[in-house]
Amino acid sequence: MSAPATMHTGSVALRELAHARAGDKGNRSNVSVFVYDAKHYDIVAQQLSAERVAETLRDLVHGPVVRYDLPALHGLNFVMDQALEGGVNESLNLDGHGKSWSFLLLGMTIEL
Amino acid sequence: MSLRIGTGAGFSSDRLDPAVDLAAHGQLNYLVFECIGERTLAFGHRDRAQDSTRGYNPLLARRLEAVLPHCRANGTRIVTNMGVANPRAAAEVAVAVARKIGWHDCKVAAVFGDDVTALIQPNTQLLEGMSVADTGRTFLGANAYLGADALLGALDTDADIVITGRVADPSLFLAPMRKHYGWAGDDWTRLSRGTVVGHLLECAAQITGGYFADPGYKDVQDLAHVGFPLAEISAQGDAVITKLARSGGVVDERTVKEQLLYEVHEPSRYLTPDVTADFTRVSLSSDGTDRVAISGADGCARPEQLKVTVAFDGGFLAEGGVSYAGPGAQARAKLAADIVRERMTSVHGTNAPVRIDLIGVSSLHATAKTYRTDSQDIRVHCAMRASSREEAELLLWEVESLLCCGPAGGGGYRGAMTPSVMTYSAFVDRGAVPTSFEVFGG
Repeated sequence: MSAPATMHTGSVALRELAHARAGDKGNRSNVSVFVYDAKHYDIVAQQLSAERVAETLRDLVHGPVVRYDLPALHGLNFVMDQALEGGVNESLNLDGHGKSWSFLLLGMTIEL
Repeated sequence: MSLRIGTGAGFSSDRLDPAVDLAAHGQLNYLVFECIGERTLAFGHRDRAQDSTRGYNPLLARRLEAVLPHCRANGTRIVTNMGVANPRAAAEVAVAVARKIGWHDCKVAAVFGDDVTALIQPNTQLLEGMSVADTGRTFLGANAYLGADALLGALDTDADIVITGRVADPSLFLAPMRKHYGWAGDDWTRLSRGTVVGHLLECAAQITGGYFADPGYKDVQDLAHVGFPLAEISAQGDAVITKLARSGGVVDERTVKEQLLYEVHEPSRYLTPDVTADFTRVSLSSDGTDRVAISGADGCARPEQLKVTVAFDGGFLAEGGVSYAGPGAQARAKLAADIVRERMTSVHGTNAPVRIDLIGVSSLHATAKTYRTDSQDIRVHCAMRASSREEAELLLWEVESLLCCGPAGGGGYRGAMTPSVMTYSAFVDRGAVPTSFEVFGG
């Protein structure tokens, strides 16, 4: 997306609003997302639904996506099944742990 | 006076210098080295099968030699799962290392019981939905995740070093808290709080700025010398996470939050052998520079069964690459990839899936999305798993032969063959997993 269009639509990459970390267990990935500023928690929680994450990553994540909310910590935890191309034991991806999956989510956009 | 526990390692190959720093200057009661992953354990079983004196963490002697003089001088006890698949051999090594540095009455306790290899039968059902026999793979060994209770007897001996095999990571840290404060095995509130602290400490630098820095967004000072964490823990299980003042890195609410949910699924039900902990009630507050106070976790009864990791031989992973740069690099790289795929089937008749990534165009995220690029510097990275070394070598041969037989300007071939393991999971009843310990040296 071009910069002018970004400004016009008020859309920003999630990375501008939040930080994230990825973890793995077998073929399941979890990515936790925390907004930097509490004032963005509601809008991120509203737009970054489990359904939207599942749709955005549909070619990668073949199982269900479940989101757990932690309002006290201003965080969202996405648990994604069959999300690691087999997991570290089986995957042929250089990143078999999916350590970089956090940046897949941080690359998604939020409309402010 | 609070209990001070530091982390000496957060994974099997973790750094040494931050552990030495903590041992020397952390004024610690305990230094805990967490060094097992599911794969580490599988490799430990394989090593022990080849040589009964091996199967423990390969860095054990180096780590102990570096920290023991400080631990002895400061009265810091060591707790570690560096025994991996062979705690007995590891304990013998520990005694030898202690004697080498002149600590002749160093007492080492080894904890046993996690190795449940004998309980696994061909018809044992795996959580992945098949039986052991159905996997069609060579079984290497199996380990139950022990809880903190398995370490209490060894800690009661006043051993200077307690060495275990598979213990749930937070339990390695919870055990010294239970020993120090006498928390009961059904004090679910304190066990939950201690489990949170253990979970936060278990990955070492991941709470002090490692796996965190993102320049311009999350800047971390002196990450090259990132310090490992320590916790000051109260009798109620509240704690402050911090690090040595002159070490690199950062401890703040952001690093603590990220680590709190690391590899966590349902945050209100974090299962360990000790307790079912509720992380959603945790509250964090800043307690000064590089100090974060943790409180509020609660929980309920521990799970009835223990989780078991069942390890199998996984054959071989072959990875080979060659690079193209300059005008037309992308087209030449794609041609190289097409040639490798074509020849692996038409010439070698192999059925194993081959993955080829064009690093510089799309690799880690290639399955999920394509980033726009006009890269003129591309590495063709090829990967394949095969049951035999010979089959895996075919891929490396094909990639290397691109140098003379492939597209123009291909250079920089490297290839590597890695023995591979597979791990699955199962549950066993606690009653089937008795634990014990034995003291060495002293």
